[in-house]
Amino acid sequence: MSEAEHDQRPASLRLVPSTEERLAAKDFKTDQDVRWCPGCGDYAILAAFQAFMPELDVPRENVVVISGIGCSSRFPHYMDTYGFHSIHGRAPAIATGLAVSRPDLSVWVITGDGDGLSIGGNHLIHALRRNVNIKILLFNNRIYGLTKGQYSPTSEQGKITKSTPFGSIDAPFNPVSLALGADATFVARSVDSDRKHLTGVLRAAADHEGAAFIEIYQNCPIFNDDAFAPLKEPASRDDRLVRLQHGEPVRFGAGRTKGLRFSAQGSLEVVEVPGSAAPDDPVSRGTLVHDVQRDDPSYAFALSRLDSEGFSHTPIGVFRKVERPSYDALMATQIELAKAGQGIDDLGTLLASGDTWQIG
Amino acid sequence: MGKQVQQLDRVIIRFAGDSGDGMQLTGDRFTQETATFGNDLSTLPNFPAEIRAPAGTLPGVSSFQVHFADHDILTPGDAPDVLVAMNPAALQANLDDLPRGADVIVNTDEFTRRNLAKVGYETNPVEDGSLDAYQVHALPLTSMTVKALDGHEISKKDAERAKNMFALGLLSWLYARPAEGTLDFLQAKFARHPEIMKANVTAFQAGWNFGETTEAFSVQYEVMPATLPAGTYRNITGNTALAYGLIAASQLSGLPLFLGSYPITPASDILHELAKRKPFGVRTFQAEDEIAGIGAALGAAFGGALGVTTTSGPGMTLKGETISLAAAVELPLVICDVQRAGPSTGMPTKTEQADLLQALFGRSGECPLPVIASATPADCFDTAIEATRIALKYRTPVILLSDGYLANGSEPWRLPDVAGLPDLRVAFAQQGEAPFQPYRRDPRTLARPWAIPGTAGLEHRISGIERANGSGNISYDADNHERMVRLRQAKVDGIAHDIPPVKVDDPDGDARLLVLGWGSTYGSIGAAVRRVRLGGGKVAQAHLRHLSPFPANLGDVLSGYEKVLVPEINLGQLTLLLRGLSLADVIPYNRVRGQPFHAADLVYVIQEMISHV
Repeated sequence: MSEAEHDQRPASLRLVPSTEERLAAKDFKTDQDVRWCPGCGDYAILAAFQAFMPELDVPRENVVVISGIGCSSRFPHYMDTYGFHSIHGRAPAIATGLAVSRPDLSVWVITGDGDGLSIGGNHLIHALRRNVNIKILLFNNRIYGLTKGQYSPTSEQGKITKSTPFGSIDAPFNPVSLALGADATFVARSVDSDRKHLTGVLRAAADHEGAAFIEIYQNCPIFNDDAFAPLKEPASRDDRLVRLQHGEPVRFGAGRTKGLRFSAQGSLEVVEVPGSAAPDDPVSRGTLVHDVQRDDPSYAFALSRLDSEGFSHTPIGVFRKVERPSYDALMATQIELAKAGQGIDDLGTLLASGDTWQIG
Repeated sequence: MGKQVQQLDRVIIRFAGDSGDGMQLTGDRFTQETATFGNDLSTLPNFPAEIRAPAGTLPGVSSFQVHFADHDILTPGDAPDVLVAMNPAALQANLDDLPRGADVIVNTDEFTRRNLAKVGYETNPVEDGSLDAYQVHALPLTSMTVKALDGHEISKKDAERAKNMFALGLLSWLYARPAEGTLDFLQAKFARHPEIMKANVTAFQAGWNFGETTEAFSVQYEVMPATLPAGTYRNITGNTALAYGLIAASQLSGLPLFLGSYPITPASDILHELAKRKPFGVRTFQAEDEIAGIGAALGAAFGGALGVTTTSGPGMTLKGETISLAAAVELPLVICDVQRAGPSTGMPTKTEQADLLQALFGRSGECPLPVIASATPADCFDTAIEATRIALKYRTPVILLSDGYLANGSEPWRLPDVAGLPDLRVAFAQQGEAPFQPYRRDPRTLARPWAIPGTAGLEHRISGIERANGSGNISYDADNHERMVRLRQAKVDGIAHDIPPVKVDDPDGDARLLVLGWGSTYGSIGAAVRRVRLGGGKVAQAHLRHLSPFPANLGDVLSGYEKVLVPEINLGQLTLLLRGLSLADVIPYNRVRGQPFHAADLVYVIQEMISHV
């Protein structure tokens, strides 16, 4: 990649070296046996991620994958980059320290609904609000897999699991709503089985300067099989999946005849729009044209609330992508200014600062 | 000015008042004047955790004790010679510590019926004869201050608030302290509020002049400068010294310093100090919690920074899991625990040494770590460098124990020659023969390579799951686990050969009793041992900096004495460890009052033991 090309890279990657080498998905595979259960959605996500990596044009040594604990957190072992499989819930904190001190790295966090939203919920929301330049992939299978099938903070109420034989009484989190509530600058959702969509979302996240949050619906065939079936079955998926495209009218349904509109109560409602109606057609008036750049997160939040437990209408794609300086960039700027300023930067002078006196 | 001048070899002054009375500032200024004058000194700030407890109550009393002398001293002193009591609560809270005959300066303006009642005085102790054993100087400090500020354009409240400077001026005259430093300080501090600045300067001078002219004080005292080794000196607290030590370690290693920390008393001042030091490239990260503080530090260490986290006991407990991760992935990390009285919230502003066993053992699995402790405020500088040295060389987290007494206490510090500080540079791993073995160990140190992201050809994964020695791949192999557990232990044990042997101070070589301490008890034990020897007692003294591993000769040292006395501000944690090491007759002496030992108590205990060996 030429210097001019490098300068054209998105701000998130401008401080990361680019590579001349033509990399392929196989270059990102390790010699370790992948040990997820047969049929696990994690395989598809790993394959999509490895296939996407060459697009970054970043040398393998400048990519770091950091995870916590859980099935998804085995991910770094399968990526032939630098990797850190850490402890439960803490990956965003570890990634923050790395990203802040090493702006030349592309740092990815792999987490799950238990790891990221339960034990590590605090780190997740703070990494998002600070806008640290890390990309967080949250694999949401709505169950605890590695501990063999307890309900998770995204499990639906009433769910029967080993730890809830009478049904879960916990109200679940909506991860996208949570991320938006934490004022994340990039929030997206995708599905394990839709490789093309997932790759597009990964690309958008990589290009974003600051924290990017991607919720990925991921099937656990052992403890929560078909949790996302309504979004995958050909008969129902078109009515339920709302594919968001920046700058495009929001349309879904078999004939793409459904749109969204703010009701008088302020929430979003589904309205019928004839497939032939143009954006300026009166029947389209007032229906949403998707805009990821709205600074006010309430629009994206309203979209996230469409997603009921039964997946009646589930938006996927990028909900929000707004510009705000990243935490690492702000800190680097403070340090540069301080170094250029008049402050003490010599050890001997520092030690002798304040009142001193001589003896002998 | 015609007053008699009396020479003293040492004085202990305690300033005590309400939390809002500015006693810490007053004590700090008096200390700076004393340091500049060239006395040896030691200080003991003592304040409540509440920012402003209800005015005039016992929980609101804040005090600052300073001990200064014409010779080298080791402690802030047991009993004040002079108590400045700004209100009845301050008098009552501190009176028990005063020896008979001590000087007591009371601010009579605050000895109102209401304030007396707040602390249960039915009559005024200044007038009812209950202070007859002391030299009482009953002075209306507040009204004298207000009167001196007549004509200044400030509110009555601001005028009253300057009474601490009046008191400081008076004491500065009484002990012939140089005043320039305080006047400069006031000018800088209140530069943006010229009226307040002028008022404080006037109050200070009025207090000074009052001392010079009043008949209430017939004598001015003089404590000549101490003869200390030649050099440039400054006064320093433990927290500042620790922060400077970390900056020095960063410079000496050539690694950028990254501090991940969460505010906690009494460690926060390290974060504050380092946050100011961005010109050195220091990155400070105030995390969302204790766990994120150490997590970020570990992430930075993975990236090749000098990762540091600072905390106190409750924070250590929260960090435990990440410390064990750092031990498992064998990355360098410096963890500073500024201990405070526990358990739980305990007494956040009071000192204790009760985290020793937590530092050694407070983790899951077999998780040995190097642990070292600072002995004095200035020693926090050296121990921060030593902790870094061990962490970098052995690729291991190192725990550095300070405590509340060291953190806030201060002493004169002879500035080290920067050129003489140790070289801490480390070599990151470079591409060699493939495949890269992230857990191939240096045969001498057993440390693994530090291969940082960005280095081509060394891509590897680290994990809290047990790793195969060599390749670092996930391994559940039984033999490998046993090998790794033993290797991690051997790595830490081996450090014993890389630290100085414990040095025993036994002047005549014929003592039968050894007093062994660690951490901040160094001063009190040293002072007590000196006094015992002055009285003809034979006693040996040794002090441990390295608590894990112990110096290699420690067992031999212990068995060379009939009895070993181990004073600790806990219930015998080092004693427990020593009994596991040696069959020597180790006898604990323990107090847990949130305060440093009184040397006098230790003198008594040592003398008792000498008479029984």
